[in-house]
Amino acid sequence: MKGVAVTGMGIISSIGRNLDDTLFSLQNAKDGISKPEILITRHKNTPVGEIKMTNSDLSEILNLPPDNNYTRAALLAVFAINELLRKSNFIHFPEDTALISGTSIGGMDKTEEHYFDFQEKKEVRKYIQAQHPGFTTENVAAYFGLGGKVTTLSTACSSSANAIMMGARLIASGKLKRVIVGGSDCLTRFTLNGFHSLKILSQTKNRPFDDDRDGLNLGEAAGYLLLEADDCLNGKKIMGRICGYGNANDAYHQTASSENGEGAYRVIMAALKKADLSPSDISYVNAHGTGTNNNDLSESVALTRIFGDNVPPFSSTKGFTGHTLGAAGAIEAIFSLLSLQNDEIYPNLNFQNHMLETGLKPVQVLRKQKVDTVLSNSFGFGGNCTSLIFRKND
Amino acid sequence: MSEVLYIKNSVLIRDAKVYQNGRLYYEDTKSPDISIFLKNLYKSEKIRYSKYFKMDDLSKLGFIGTEILFGGNIENKETALVFGNAASCLETDRYYSETMEEFPSPSLFVYTLPNIMLGEISIRHQLRSENIFFISEKFDSSLFLEYSKSLFNQGKTDNVLCGWVDLQNNDYDVFLWEIARSGKTYLNEEELKNIYLPTHE
Amino acid sequence: MSDLHTELKRSIIEQLNLEDMEVNEIENDEQLFGDGLGLDSIDALELIVLLEKDYGIKLTDPNQGKQIFNSINTMADYIEKNRTR
Repeated sequence: MKGVAVTGMGIISSIGRNLDDTLFSLQNAKDGISKPEILITRHKNTPVGEIKMTNSDLSEILNLPPDNNYTRAALLAVFAINELLRKSNFIHFPEDTALISGTSIGGMDKTEEHYFDFQEKKEVRKYIQAQHPGFTTENVAAYFGLGGKVTTLSTACSSSANAIMMGARLIASGKLKRVIVGGSDCLTRFTLNGFHSLKILSQTKNRPFDDDRDGLNLGEAAGYLLLEADDCLNGKKIMGRICGYGNANDAYHQTASSENGEGAYRVIMAALKKADLSPSDISYVNAHGTGTNNNDLSESVALTRIFGDNVPPFSSTKGFTGHTLGAAGAIEAIFSLLSLQNDEIYPNLNFQNHMLETGLKPVQVLRKQKVDTVLSNSFGFGGNCTSLIFRKND
Repeated sequence: MSEVLYIKNSVLIRDAKVYQNGRLYYEDTKSPDISIFLKNLYKSEKIRYSKYFKMDDLSKLGFIGTEILFGGNIENKETALVFGNAASCLETDRYYSETMEEFPSPSLFVYTLPNIMLGEISIRHQLRSENIFFISEKFDSSLFLEYSKSLFNQGKTDNVLCGWVDLQNNDYDVFLWEIARSGKTYLNEEELKNIYLPTHE
Repeated sequence: MSDLHTELKRSIIEQLNLEDMEVNEIENDEQLFGDGLGLDSIDALELIVLLEKDYGIKLTDPNQGKQIFNSINTMADYIEKNRTR
């Protein structure tokens, strides 16, 4: 399959406020994991992938009035899409541009901040509607004057991977000409306390696929891609193509992945089929690899089921950014496209010993090699699994 | 190019009433309270699935609606799930938030994602099919229609279970329908609205 | 049966939403997980919260839970020895 063209990207995460800084961090093993400084929380020593900008910093850079009602997720999304706009040679997005955005928590940051004040304080009531996750997406669309269809997806940690899949499908079927796809999620006390109660937060930097891994770090990010139909390209630079995708439910547990990685297995197979590729055609796997015991084992089992003894070079980039939940699929899609463009594989940080069950070892230092195809995995609570395949445009 | 599709069956749940294919199927005249309604409905359906009582109300609504729609068994394991609502999982978000300041509840936190409902249905019926959850301000028939059609057109599936399962301030609005290649009612926006609107104020 | 045993059964039924289950239906030595009551990993996390909330016991390593939450007897023993409230 030729695949759908990606003609623009924009990103903000704890390892960079634009593509150049992000690439520099990835190439130089600079992680963005630190103690929380912007988020006020009782878990002061729990490492997170935090973007060191307050909401007012972000609002100022984006020229928003000080009394705006943007949630942090909306601010991050606008920030990332601003870069996408600059990089894609538009002054304004054409009016028919659609937006599909994934989020797991939407405007929860504003809800938790003001929930108990809504009764008394008139000035915070502007945030009441912010708890609706669609509100964040609508705000973003309004900022850029997008006239196309605006859709919000919420399938936990695979939200933005599903947004990319849906966008690619709608372009491929001729329903859309141009669509911005991706996702945004911010750090909140809501999620930090929740993941803490699930006992899957590491108190150190996360170590995906390591035998002694002890949990994930939460992160925040926004990442967006511009997808365009081939007849709109006009010789534009193409960053890569989305040539395969698959989605399935693991049907095992509300939050845990199955022992044999059935959901992961199915979606990787489906994505390969869609792309008309065989397992040996994959140059690099950008794994979901959260750093939890359960995910990394289940994903490793799925990889060995598909690739046998020839698992391609793989890494989880969550050691850099933490787990950015609904945004993870989108920022890792961008890392995958950077890998294609630069013919290099970004390392899996903090890895020491392989897990005994599978013996798999991820790429641990920046590796220069030809990269033609990248498989990117995203698995979410509720059993929602998605795999995407990107390939060079040639 | 696009083939003719049908609405095979539908279920509506509102105001302590359940309608199956347009006919009143169950009514709870005594209990306006959602949790009692959901418990009584479970009992009347004679389902034995103790995990039901661990679910949040949103998941229970989607779960039990699906049980009624399919008579307790989804035979086609490739049935895709296309769901959506307006309020995400706001009710559970609130319950969880209330526990957060002291002892955050893991079992409530788990349900602070609307797509957990899809996981519950998939676990119950062992579906490893494609599933998606949309959030839109109000019921958007075109969104469901377009997405479902694209699944059929790409040969992904022979069956789609669509669900609008919304819950806000104990007020619930559930509309589930099965799309197939055969049936009595043509699948189009008008028919969807015809089924969805009448009992909706 | 001690008051603690009964109290534990009552809070487990309530906290873990064990519908239609009565206190006298849970045996003191019955396995809570697996074949017995059929509790799962999220129930175990909820029991960790229960230990902290009701008895002031903080479990840092969730793996400890496996032994402590084996049965009502093992839970009661552990609470007797470690409770701070």
